[in-house]
Amino acid sequence: MQQGLTETMAVPRLSAAARRRQLREKVIAGFITLMAFTGIAALLLIIIFVAKEALALFLEPEARHEAGLSKMFLPQVARQGRPATFTWQPVSNIPKVSMIPLFIGTLKTTAVSMLVAVPVGVFGALYAAEFAPRRLRELLKPVIELLAGIPSVVLGFFALMVMATFLQETLGLNTRLNAVVAGLGLALAIVPVIFTVAEDSLTAVPRSYREASLALGATPWETAWKVVLPAAAPGILAACVLGFGRAIGETMIILMASGNAAIVSADFGDSVRSLSATIAAEMGEVVVGSPHYSILFFIGVQLFVFTFILNMLASTWTKKVIKRLTGSAS
Amino acid sequence: MKYASRRAVGLALTTLTGLAAFLMVGMLALILLDVFVNGAGHVTWTFLSQPPSDGMMGGGIFPAIIGTAMLTLLMTVAVMPVGVLTAVYLHEYAAPDSRLARWVRVAVVNLAGVPSIVFGLFGLGFFILFVGRGMDRVLGHEELYWAQPGILWASLTLAVLTLPVVIVSTEEALRAVPMDHRTASLALGATQSQTLGRVVLPGALPGILTGAVLAISRGAGEVAPILFTGAAYFLPDLPSRLNSQFMHLGYHTYVLATQSPDVEATRPLLYATVLVLLLLTFALNLVAVIIRTRTRRKAAGAH
Repeated sequence: MQQGLTETMAVPRLSAAARRRQLREKVIAGFITLMAFTGIAALLLIIIFVAKEALALFLEPEARHEAGLSKMFLPQVARQGRPATFTWQPVSNIPKVSMIPLFIGTLKTTAVSMLVAVPVGVFGALYAAEFAPRRLRELLKPVIELLAGIPSVVLGFFALMVMATFLQETLGLNTRLNAVVAGLGLALAIVPVIFTVAEDSLTAVPRSYREASLALGATPWETAWKVVLPAAAPGILAACVLGFGRAIGETMIILMASGNAAIVSADFGDSVRSLSATIAAEMGEVVVGSPHYSILFFIGVQLFVFTFILNMLASTWTKKVIKRLTGSAS
Repeated sequence: MKYASRRAVGLALTTLTGLAAFLMVGMLALILLDVFVNGAGHVTWTFLSQPPSDGMMGGGIFPAIIGTAMLTLLMTVAVMPVGVLTAVYLHEYAAPDSRLARWVRVAVVNLAGVPSIVFGLFGLGFFILFVGRGMDRVLGHEELYWAQPGILWASLTLAVLTLPVVIVSTEEALRAVPMDHRTASLALGATQSQTLGRVVLPGALPGILTGAVLAISRGAGEVAPILFTGAAYFLPDLPSRLNSQFMHLGYHTYVLATQSPDVEATRPLLYATVLVLLLLTFALNLVAVIIRTRTRRKAAGAH
């Protein structure tokens, strides 16, 4: 019955050439769709193959004995009779693999960089979006792009060669390379990120908001501070979160300027060792497949997970600000 | 609040935010000035054309320049087709609210935020230990041939890292091609792929080139991903095979800055290397900016 119906409908017969063309179109569309999977595949492969090398820590009894979760995160007694401590010393007779000094190091450098980069980046963006004359603003953006284009190894070099000496002389720090130097070097790398995203969300605020505020008698700064800034708040928060993610993952600057000593202390003038720099510094000399090797990959998994969460938060907030502004403006 | 004090607060806020902006510009100027003043005198033809000598305390950076160029060339060849076609899918083929397109976008956003050192781990775990070992087994190499750090693996790692840059800028370029061009082409009886190949992609070419240049400038400066996927401390010879290790400007900078036996002696070399690296990335960024502004002007003139 069904079949008979389609037969009587007499679909226009396509010529052989047309059918070939149709087939070719389908093949091309299919190929392009297949290529689009590459990004997803890359992300999945990254997590699979970084996690795979870390998996030994949880599966092999030998590795679990040497570097189990409790050894990584709880205080350990290194020698009998001594108090338990957090020590990162993976290459010694008794490997000590506490990750706490690395967390502290990462947090210290990140804290310094955020303390500097957030106000500078956000205020700079506010200046560019609200106060700067148009000429200056059009100059400011490419300059920041230029700053963003500096390779991190150059920033690390600058922190190591110039900032370290200057800061030691002015602040009177004990060590030349420390959390402050590394954090300030790091700030140079994340300021452009924060500036760009914050500036984007500030300029996304519709003109009508500003006009309404000015019409009500508010001064330009009141408009900028009390109307535009709050309207762009989710986007600014996203900018800060994105900068935070970059700061946690950035490697070369910290590797070069932090001193690379895994010290547990509250003093920002001490040398530190971060999670990312530890991978960079130790992966070259490690025995493939050893517990130490697996730990370095496990650090990689942690970095991936941290930044993944931060990125998802940031992109949700950026979407939110766009939705809120365009939704209420139209 | 009185009007006078409102104005005073306004002036203070403007000054404060202006200072923040000035601080960023000032830091950039300071870095450039420092590198130029200390480096410019040492960038000579011999420096650019000789390999390092005297245990890195003399000679030049020729192998590092060539290594960086070869690395980024291989990377570009690998990333451009994939990146451009992914963007083509997102903008030309996918339905606006398609689930796959949404997943691709999420993946791209996250790929852009993965720390560069994690890409290095991925390159080691996937390309060298998985693909390389597999190739050695299949091709019957007795000793390690593919399963070791080399320029191919390093450039593929960088290709994955720069994929988001290419996708995002290509999509922007596709968006700039007016819809009329597509509908006109389709109305003349061209198929979708003919429209794509003869109308859309040529129209988007400048934007796609911008993306390529940006990817190159980003890839050329990254050091963390190549630390254990192929960069070498010192090699007098240029890489001759796809599995050779190579010297790299950024890695060379790192080595000179942190592992030099005599800091004062290597200082001029170090500054000169940094200057070359900076000039290279700035030149690339400048090219990208020029292409972009020229196409924008052209697009503005056409309408």
